Amino acid sequence: MINPKLLSDHNLTAAEYERIVSLIGREPNLTELGIFSLMWSEHCSYKSSKAHLKKLPTRGKRVIQGPGENAGIIDIGDGRAVVFKIESHNHPSFIEPFQGAATGVGGILRDIFTMGARPIALMDSLRFGPLDQPRNRAIMDGVVAGIASYGNSIGVPTVGGEVYFHDVYSKNPLVNVFCLGLAEKEKIFYAKAEGVGNPVLYVGSKTGRDGIHGATMASAEFGKETEQKRPNVQVGDPFKEKLLLEACLEVMDKGLIVGIQDMGAAGLTCSTVEMPAKSGTGISINLDRVPQREEGMTPYEIMLSESQERMLLVARKEDVAEVQKVFAKWDLDAVVIGEVTAGRNLRVTFRGETVVDVPVDAVVNLCPVYSRPARRPARLKSLQKLVLPPPGDDFGSALLRVISSPTIADKEWVFRQYDHMVQTNTALLPGADAAVLRIKGQKRALAMTLDGNALYCFLDPRAGGAIAVAEACRNLACVGARPIGVTNCLNFGNPEKPEVMWQFKKVIEGMAEACRSFDIPVTGGNVSFYNDTEGISIHPTPVLGIVGLIEDTDRLVGPGFQQEGDAVVLLGENKEELGASEYLRVVHGLEKGRPPEIDLAREKAVHEVAIAAIGRGLVRSAHDLSEGGLAVCAAESCLIGGPGLGCVLDLEDDLRPDALLFGETQSRILLSASADLLPRLLELAAEKGVPARVIGRAGGKEMAVRLGGREVLRLSLERLFEAWKNSLPGALSVR
Amino acid sequence: MKFGVVVFPGSNCDQDTLHALRDVLHQEAIFLWHKDHDLRGVDGIVLPGGFSYGDYLRSGAIARFSPLMQEVREFADRGGLVLGICNGFQVLLELGLLPGAMLRNKNLKFLCQYVHLRVENTVTRFTRRISPGRVLRIPIAHFDGNYFAPPETLREIEAGGQVVFRYVDAAGEATESANVNGSAGAIAGLINKQGNVLGMMPHPERASEALLGSEDGRLIFESLVDR
Repeated sequence: MINPKLLSDHNLTAAEYERIVSLIGREPNLTELGIFSLMWSEHCSYKSSKAHLKKLPTRGKRVIQGPGENAGIIDIGDGRAVVFKIESHNHPSFIEPFQGAATGVGGILRDIFTMGARPIALMDSLRFGPLDQPRNRAIMDGVVAGIASYGNSIGVPTVGGEVYFHDVYSKNPLVNVFCLGLAEKEKIFYAKAEGVGNPVLYVGSKTGRDGIHGATMASAEFGKETEQKRPNVQVGDPFKEKLLLEACLEVMDKGLIVGIQDMGAAGLTCSTVEMPAKSGTGISINLDRVPQREEGMTPYEIMLSESQERMLLVARKEDVAEVQKVFAKWDLDAVVIGEVTAGRNLRVTFRGETVVDVPVDAVVNLCPVYSRPARRPARLKSLQKLVLPPPGDDFGSALLRVISSPTIADKEWVFRQYDHMVQTNTALLPGADAAVLRIKGQKRALAMTLDGNALYCFLDPRAGGAIAVAEACRNLACVGARPIGVTNCLNFGNPEKPEVMWQFKKVIEGMAEACRSFDIPVTGGNVSFYNDTEGISIHPTPVLGIVGLIEDTDRLVGPGFQQEGDAVVLLGENKEELGASEYLRVVHGLEKGRPPEIDLAREKAVHEVAIAAIGRGLVRSAHDLSEGGLAVCAAESCLIGGPGLGCVLDLEDDLRPDALLFGETQSRILLSASADLLPRLLELAAEKGVPARVIGRAGGKEMAVRLGGREVLRLSLERLFEAWKNSLPGALSVR
Repeated sequence: MKFGVVVFPGSNCDQDTLHALRDVLHQEAIFLWHKDHDLRGVDGIVLPGGFSYGDYLRSGAIARFSPLMQEVREFADRGGLVLGICNGFQVLLELGLLPGAMLRNKNLKFLCQYVHLRVENTVTRFTRRISPGRVLRIPIAHFDGNYFAPPETLREIEAGGQVVFRYVDAAGEATESANVNGSAGAIAGLINKQGNVLGMMPHPERASEALLGSEDGRLIFESLVDR
């Protein structure tokens, strides 16, 4: 009865099917085939990425839980831990932007609270196609509204993130959602099914036919018929999830459960095989007891449904009544659907018959691991070759164009739709280098950021991977935070294409080197392959989520200049590096060259200076140089988070003026300091061997730049502000 | 003073409000569960922000039927102090303790941002520690904050000094762009005739500590507290 058509519908190869047959010793039935297809999908099994992911450093003295659980856990001292992770919801967000993005938020929230942590912050990395296309505007509008609807309702602030625009994302937008929760170290829960005879409880929403094959959908390329996959996208109910969150945290707080896992991608299947696989047990469930909201569902449909807002719990028999009482308080059902067994199988019955009986190890751990061929793309050589156009002389117009590029322009249109203040911990508003959340009752705070430049990775994946880590850590340094842990979302094209696999391999090498150099562990993440539509792959897009700790919130600074007359200080060196820059892309229409070089030791030293300067109260603002270079960084320091002060910069560097203004040389931070503290700041930098010099003064209502005494740029803050502020709302208001 | 913060299913500013009252204002503060029928001897009640019952029907429309609302209404009728913040304000409108209704924001999007509020009436139990004409900087976060009432009701509440907060610009001027959600009369906060029930869309609990960017909201809680 299992034929080639059925296998291809389930994204399984003939060889994979043979392996299934030999593992279970017979032909699987349809439901069993569905179970294998889900758990052996790229999305769930990491079969193409596993071998490479091993290169990432995962150990550290603060690590409580590394990769392999619902989320990573890092010890922050005082008996507390942070639990965080990032996940992609790219494919559903293209098919149905609002619900796709909303359920992405719902899914990552469950990953966090299933471990016993209360979610305290969300961030999103979003990539869309250019906004001059109506379809892209509609996708962006829907994605942002979807994220807002879920996060705002459940009451977890969306405190930051990033939004990039590029044509490669037109038919394959990226929606990566990060969540961080705070837990007590003694009350962390894992996805365990321990204790033979312990009841297995189903809690949350009823099961429907929504989302069947979501994980397999996320593991295949999109073609023209993608639009018809709409029924595969689930529908989110943030209110139900809020009740589930409160009820789960309450039963955990009371110590009433043994293990817990959310039913995310792959639904009931995933939780009923992964939990026993981790504990060396089995599970037996009766599908007749699973709460259902549709008539006549088959075992296949019940096992594969991705209905949202559901969890699986294992509790001791004597605690079941108390668990049910807590769930009833929150108007939720908690139904015993089975028990933990000694045999290491998942056994499922339906109307008195056994419909599934498979070894959980085979499903979870014995998926084939692929070492797919990798090949450097042939065209890379010509792409890396850059013949620079003449620099031109109207740098004022160039700055206005770069700062109004949607990737760089103000994102208020996005973040004011998100409740970014609920829970009253948000100490820096979105738009700063990193989000900062105070820890109530402490001087300390948590900082977090998302980062990744896909054009860099496209033109040099290894450098791009390293820079993504470096820049995220630089963002943290600009708010005075030391990095403590990394999560990552790796968005790539079809891994069966050797060029894509090569990009993947190289990006990971770069990331691994940088993480080791900064001594920060990777605690988990997510790989999203098959981001191809109609045969075109996206740029390799790693998104790094890095979390840091700030020792003293009294010393917190933001990016904006604060005081008239303060010295503007540049940490780091200017070099002539224009390759892969936003300036070349926007002003000259060139996406070529090599990304800037990265010296990780220098990078780290620059961070040390910034963190120490902020910690000692020597500076009044700090902002990192990234896309758009020095000119954009200085302009943003005039516009963001301060009273709106201009600046005059006096530069002497013997470089092409456009490279000096817009080049994206790494390891640079712009600081401002009062005259009396300036000597101490410069001394600190000298001690750490970091070049630092005064390049100008903050003040006035203009931004002006002189190069070798000659003025090359002068703009009123008003003009800069308009260009920066109105770009996104203008582009999005076209109907 | 002892405050009770009502927890509905879907409330999400309940903990923030409790934190402001207890840890910042150093008052006794407890949660009141919506299914109970007991106010546990509180001297003041806060209906917090959030999405009670998901706000799937109409903001606040289901929460008004919660068991505890009977006691809240009786408490208000006896002159007890009730403050409704955001979703809490919407619940007060649904309960009929304040006149009017909320429409979607004029730009049809959720809005989370700081706004400026002119304090129009500084002799209430909620604003007596605020000097006349003071402009407060407090954030909003809502989808349905576009206040609506029929013209005769608007005339009545304006004449009766019931408008307590109005959206203005930083200089205190009522401009169209400052009225971010499009509210009738730029009304951001409203008190009942008896002066013991106040509803406001902005979130004073989010502006009660310097670290969070503003302490202006604390003036409202300080006014509320007996001294």
